[in-house]
Amino acid sequence: MTATLPRPTPAGSTRTPVGARLGGLLRARETGIALLIVVVFVAATVKNDAFASANSIQQLLLGASLIALLTVGQTMVIVTRNVDLSVGSVVGISAYVVGMTFRDHPGTPILLGFVVGIAVGAFFGAVNGAVVTLFRVPSLVVTLAGLYVIRGLDGLLVDGVIINPQSIPRGFQRIGFETVLGVPVLFLLVLVVVLVAAYAMRSFRSARDLYAIGSNPDAAELAGIPTQKRVFTAFLVSGSLAGLTGALFVALFAQVDVTAGRGYEFLVVAAVVVGGVAIFGGSGTVIGAALAAVLLNTIDQALVSSRISGFWTDAIAGALLLAAIAFDRSLSLRIARKLRTQEGAHRDV
Amino acid sequence: MATAAPHDPLLVLDRAEKSFGAVRALVDGSITLYPGEAHALLGENGAGKSTLVKILAGVHQPDAGSLVVGGAPVVFAGPSDARDAGVSIIYQEPTLFPDLTVAENIYMGRQPTVAGRRIDRRAMNAAAREVFARLGVVLDPSRPARGLSVADQQIVEIAKALSLNARVLVMDEPTAALTGVEVRRLFDVMETLRAEGAAVMFISHRLEEVYASCQRVTIMRDGRFVRTAPIDEVTVDEIIRSMVGRDLDALFPKTTTEPGQVVLDVDGMSEDGVFSDISFQVRRGEIVALAGLVGAGRSEVARAVFGIDPRTTGTVSVLGEVLPAHRPRAAMAAGIALVPEDRRQQGLVMDLPIDQNMALASLGRLATGGLLRRSAERKLAADWARRLQLKFGRLGNPASTLSGGNQQKVVLGKWLSRDPQLLIIDEPTRGIDVGTKAEVHRIIDSLVAAGMAVLMISSELPEVLGMADRVLVLHEGRITAELSRADADEDSIMRAASGLTSGATA
Repeated sequence: MTATLPRPTPAGSTRTPVGARLGGLLRARETGIALLIVVVFVAATVKNDAFASANSIQQLLLGASLIALLTVGQTMVIVTRNVDLSVGSVVGISAYVVGMTFRDHPGTPILLGFVVGIAVGAFFGAVNGAVVTLFRVPSLVVTLAGLYVIRGLDGLLVDGVIINPQSIPRGFQRIGFETVLGVPVLFLLVLVVVLVAAYAMRSFRSARDLYAIGSNPDAAELAGIPTQKRVFTAFLVSGSLAGLTGALFVALFAQVDVTAGRGYEFLVVAAVVVGGVAIFGGSGTVIGAALAAVLLNTIDQALVSSRISGFWTDAIAGALLLAAIAFDRSLSLRIARKLRTQEGAHRDV
Repeated sequence: MATAAPHDPLLVLDRAEKSFGAVRALVDGSITLYPGEAHALLGENGAGKSTLVKILAGVHQPDAGSLVVGGAPVVFAGPSDARDAGVSIIYQEPTLFPDLTVAENIYMGRQPTVAGRRIDRRAMNAAAREVFARLGVVLDPSRPARGLSVADQQIVEIAKALSLNARVLVMDEPTAALTGVEVRRLFDVMETLRAEGAAVMFISHRLEEVYASCQRVTIMRDGRFVRTAPIDEVTVDEIIRSMVGRDLDALFPKTTTEPGQVVLDVDGMSEDGVFSDISFQVRRGEIVALAGLVGAGRSEVARAVFGIDPRTTGTVSVLGEVLPAHRPRAAMAAGIALVPEDRRQQGLVMDLPIDQNMALASLGRLATGGLLRRSAERKLAADWARRLQLKFGRLGNPASTLSGGNQQKVVLGKWLSRDPQLLIIDEPTRGIDVGTKAEVHRIIDSLVAAGMAVLMISSELPEVLGMADRVLVLHEGRITAELSRADADEDSIMRAASGLTSGATA
């Protein structure tokens, strides 16, 4: 640089605070949700001290586990600017197939129950992913169709025959009610998946590719990212985790009918968005989404425990969704303004 | 390549062809790049330059022809192949990931890792910082790319190329969105890469840049290679003739007019962190240009006058009538028209037909009883297409089918059909080829001759000097100079744009 003119680059060391603060704000989403959980928990306990009992807390964790597990796959999909609305139906059908396997083949090893569930889920995830990537159909349409098609298949399969606890091996059911040091095993299992996924989403190139694809699909293509392959993988993981959720559904409830998993897709998408995953992709964390699943369930249980109508739950979940989106919007506006005024301030130096 | 003699070419593309359906985008794409040389690729829009770039990038696979890099024939199946062969591309439109950090943007897909293939963020940020140091800029690698200025985005792209140790650097109109010092900085970087033995290919519509920085020039027309020559063996006229295939009339027609009544009066307009204390007037029959570096606040001033962006203090009046802040409708009603700088994003609805785009600003006038008649839209569009000499297939085709210059004419037609008192036009000829450029200039000149007031923003100094009656220079959100047509020259504008007249020192 031999130029005698001052460099107009607004860049400078003064930028670091904004970068740091931005990171702080993003992290604040997770802390914010965790705080909200505590607030709701304390409020509900004040109203009814049974809410803080060990049994109640265990139910709280168990109730949130299935949706929290689904948010992991959904986060991966939404981060790529797609959505998987078929997860609820996939949970239902894989739960039934797992139950059927145990019923029709007594003596099936417990581990095989999980393998079957994951395989069924992976199959439907692969179909979703293939249709989305090969035919370039918007995932909203593909997975909405999937929601109904799979639900229909499930109905044909169930054909009015409910799977009873008698058909499910005792050992499998124990996963649903055993605890370690007071913590439900099923919750621990989900926690492990969430933590592993959260770590992977931060630390592996292929996972960062997912963020890149959602952030700017054209640029991802130009950067040589195998976008179709990555999106396919995201759907495959989402399907597989829905299959695993189906198997855990059987372990938890020991009873499967055609309503299993119904409506889960909306609970999951709501949790993911409340958890700070941008609905148009590019940003958000697995931890935030999973925490939001716990938050929504805590609110649900708190209302039940305080004998407030369950209809409030839906209204509150909806309001939280709006609040989350409004918060994201105002945050991004604030950041844009901050960067601008800061550049302005820097120029005035 | 240490083994290669200095005059062995680094990259040879020979007679590449590419068709998209029935459209033959490239009939004969040929170019030879030598190490340590900057090579300009010139041609009008639609001449096939971008297709050629995308073949080098591995985005398009040629239907015929051969590509040799470093002496070995290669076939690029995708962008990563090109990257692995040492070919780096900097596109016209920055291709960053706004949600990811600057460092991740640079190292996407090849982040430094530690055991277990985990990304090493610390090493990645350190490496990015090192690259920025080499470039002589300070940018925080851990900040997100969202909110970076265009110039800084370009720097990130260059840092990416630099970190790849690219042997061949292809830049597709990198300076279109830059001005003055940014451009000079880019050329410094180009110089450095050249000195290290890289081959640089450079696309620009600004011939003065080509003469300043390139050693060789290749000209294309209608998808075909026309000629290659060392830069000092061709004149500007020869280049333009080869590009256009005919002689051009003056690029900057200028009818002298006597400025009349004040149309726009801006007094003490400020907005925190964007611009402050902006006062100026625009009269009938004159072109006032806002000049300055990117980020100096030129577009923001124009957008605040029109009411798209907010302004906190000051008054804006049109023909004596004070306009409310932040109310574009009021500005339109008062007779202001704004042709934005980004016609794809802001000027046009790319998927809508040409005629509907043209009618978009006049819907109220075209509707009867609240219902819009297609025939009225079509009539308005046909009328303006004729007056602006629009080149189109059918008026019912989407605006995206038009070339950049003709798209700009559609945006112009859309606003001119409202018969405005004041036309604000932001980068009137950005990314438009030389032939259409002259046409756009002639249109603006005839409007002014007919008594319209024009506020023009341009990053191209020749355009500012050639078209403007008065030049206002902005530096960091303030007007640092007001120059008459007689006083304005490259030097006076650049000094004011860099803040040198306001006592700042380098």
